[in-house]
Order: sequence, then C-alpha cells, then structure tokens
Amino acid sequence: MASTAMPATKAAGPGGWRLAVLAVAGAMMLVNLWLIFAYVPTEVSMGVVQRIFYFHVPTVEIGFVAFFVVFVASIWYLVSRKPSADRLAQAAAEIGTMFLTVAIIMGAIWAKKAWGTWWIWDNKLTTTFVLWLIYAGYLMVRAYAPTRAQAARWGAIIGIISFLDVPIVYAASSILHPAETLTTEGGLEPAMRLAHWFSFFAFGVLFVYMTMLRSGQHHDEERIDELRRTTIE
Amino acid sequence: MSRYLRVVLAIYRKDAQLEARTRETFTAMAVFAIAVALIFNFAFQVNPRNVALVGPGIAWAAFTFTGVIGINRAFIFEKDRGTLEGLLLAPAGREAVYGGKLLGTLTLMLIVEALMVPVFLVFYDIALLSWWFVGTAVLATVGFAAVGTVFAAIAVHTRAREVLLPLLFLPIVMPVVVAAVSSTASALAGEGWSGVARWFSLMVAFDVVFLVVSSLAFEFVVEE
Repeated sequence: MASTAMPATKAAGPGGWRLAVLAVAGAMMLVNLWLIFAYVPTEVSMGVVQRIFYFHVPTVEIGFVAFFVVFVASIWYLVSRKPSADRLAQAAAEIGTMFLTVAIIMGAIWAKKAWGTWWIWDNKLTTTFVLWLIYAGYLMVRAYAPTRAQAARWGAIIGIISFLDVPIVYAASSILHPAETLTTEGGLEPAMRLAHWFSFFAFGVLFVYMTMLRSGQHHDEERIDELRRTTIE
Repeated sequence: MSRYLRVVLAIYRKDAQLEARTRETFTAMAVFAIAVALIFNFAFQVNPRNVALVGPGIAWAAFTFTGVIGINRAFIFEKDRGTLEGLLLAPAGREAVYGGKLLGTLTLMLIVEALMVPVFLVFYDIALLSWWFVGTAVLATVGFAAVGTVFAAIAVHTRAREVLLPLLFLPIVMPVVVAAVSSTASALAGEGWSGVARWFSLMVAFDVVFLVVSSLAFEFVVEE
C-alpha cells in the first residue's frame, strides 16, 4: 500500500480556505432564505407550499452534480493514484447522498401537498431514487473494504459504472412513463427563476464547504493511521 | 487476440467442468428460482385473469434474484481455495479472466432461465417461449453478467460478500429489468418488433457500455 503521509505544515492552508468558503456559504444562505420567504411571489395554484421548490430542486441538482464530481474524481484516481482524488470522490459521494436524502424527503412533502401523493414513479423521481440506492451501495462497499487502497479502487470503479448507468435508468423510466410531471425552468416567473438559481449556487457553495470539510477529515484519518503504524513499528 | 480467446475458453472450460461434476451452483439456482415462483404465486394470487399482467414481472424477478446467486458463486470457489491469484497469472490480460467468468455465469443463468420456461407453463399456464423472448433473455442476461461479474469480484474480497453483491447489482440493473419485463409482456401480447424495439435498443446500449467498461475496470478490481 502506498504511503499517504503528508508534511504537517500543509494543514493550515486548507483550513483557511475552508473558513472563507464557509463564510460565503453562510452569507449566501441568509440571502437565500430572504429570497425564498420574502422576495419571491407566492405561486398561484399551489400556494405557499410551492416555496419548497427553492430548496428541493437545487438540492436535487447539487446531488446530481456531486455524483458527476465522484465520476470525475474516480477516473482521476484510477489514472493518477493520488489519495487526494480518492478523498474527493468519497467526500462528494457522502455529501451528495446526504443532499439527495434531504431532497427526496422534501420532494415527498411537496408532492403530498401538490399532487395528493407522497411519491410517483415518473422518470425524474425514479432516476433520483435509483441513484440514491446506488450510492448507498457505493458507501457500503467502501465501509466493508479491508484496506483503504481497496476501498479507493473499488469505489472508483463503482463511481464510474454508476454514473454511466444514470442516463440508462432515465431512458428506461422515460419510456415507461413518458409524461412530464414536474414544473420546469421554462414556466417560471423571472423572480422565481432568480430565486431558484440563487438557491442553486448557495447550496452549491455549501456543498463545496461540506465536501472540503469531509475530505479534510478523511485526510486526518489517514494521517492518524499512518502515525499509529509508524509508532507501533 | 487469439491468446485472449484461449485464456477465456480455458477458464470457461474449467468452470464448466467443475460445475458439470458438482452441479452445486446450478442446483442452488434452479431450486431457488422455483421457490421464488412459489412465493410470487401466493404473493400475487396468480390466476388466468391476471397472469398476463404479473407473469412477465414474476419471471424476471425470479431470473434477477437467481442471477444474484449464480454471479455470487463465480468467484467464491476461487477465493476460498486461494486459486484466484493463480488465475490472475494467466498469460493474458486480466480482461480474459473477466471474459471467462462472465461466459460461465451467462451460461448458467441462461440454462436456468430455459428450465424455468416449462415451470412457468405448468404452474402459471403462461407460454413465455417465443423468439422475442429468447432475444430478451439473451440481451438481459448479458447485461446482468456484464456488471455482475465485476461486482462479484469486488464483493468476494469484502467481509460481507453475499450481502454486498445484491446491494450493488439490483439498482444498477434496474433499467435491464424494466426492459426485460416490458419486452416479455409485449412478446406475450404478440406485438412483434414494434413492441420490443425500444427495449431491445436500451438493452443493447446497456450491454455494450457495460461489457466495455467492466472489462476495463476488472483489471483495477483484482490488482494487488
């Protein structure tokens, strides 16, 4: 197994960056809340519950972006074998799974109010759900792998295979249920569109912060393991 | 290339001979498939009125779950007897090991599926057999074996090997299951090519993508 020890001086750098990203995320989230609860007009047919849209849709979108990050970082890891690429893949998968979990729960609440049902098996919901399940499997494989190097390699393979599977899942569920059931960007008022995009970027910065934090934790874990090994020997 | 084929066929012959002598995996798969058919019969109260509706789904649920057993067994023998390392020393790329294992799993699954056709005929009075069904079974099973073989190679090295494979395998093959159920239903309804065309192209896409990606990825799974 490759050594992953890093000089201790490197720790100060990422921590400073992380604080800056956290500050931006916090400020954007405050503006975001104001936009969603005060600025944006109430939607006519669905009423106030439609405001969930500005939380639900951006978190789904960031969830999908997260798994694109896992895909790219997985390829990068297999090519370069850099531990940092693997840490990024793992952190993005963990935070992405969390984003999708929150998004699915919020979506169900919204759907109950808007459609009268918690869930429908349309193409978007099905794809999101399958993606969530796949990454739950991804995280379990990593947890069950005997060594960190195996977790990294197997995670990378599953990260690549899973991402390539998503369009096929979407195609299959679209043939099955061709109807478009969700509101799309085109039908939105300018103010609503602004709130959606702002929320997307606010959650995006939050995702970046949480991923940095998590991958930093993985880095610390590796260094503790490394220290333990060297002190025992 | 010919060296690649020689190694693929050598591994395939070895596994086929082992299976022909012990029939361990085959028996487990066949009995399990019949047990699934039994459970679904009572779960759905299958009768002549609803069999066209639930029959294709039951068949593919049985084939999918049975496939998990077959795929799981592909590397367990090797792992338990410590012969996987020997296989990996074969004088060809590791994608040849993948090819041989895939072919073995594929054959076993197709045999069990063929065996289940008369079983479904007797139990459910549903005549699955048609050329469209044969095409569906081949395309879907190739897809199952293509991703399943890589996942099995991963799962066999972990602590939770029997549990992990279905967790990875089932969500990934969801589109194949959807396509197989739908094209089996339209084959039963006698809709011909127009009924199965979209599903066949979906399965072909899945098979091509994952045959290529999985044989490339296999190298990284077994690397020491």
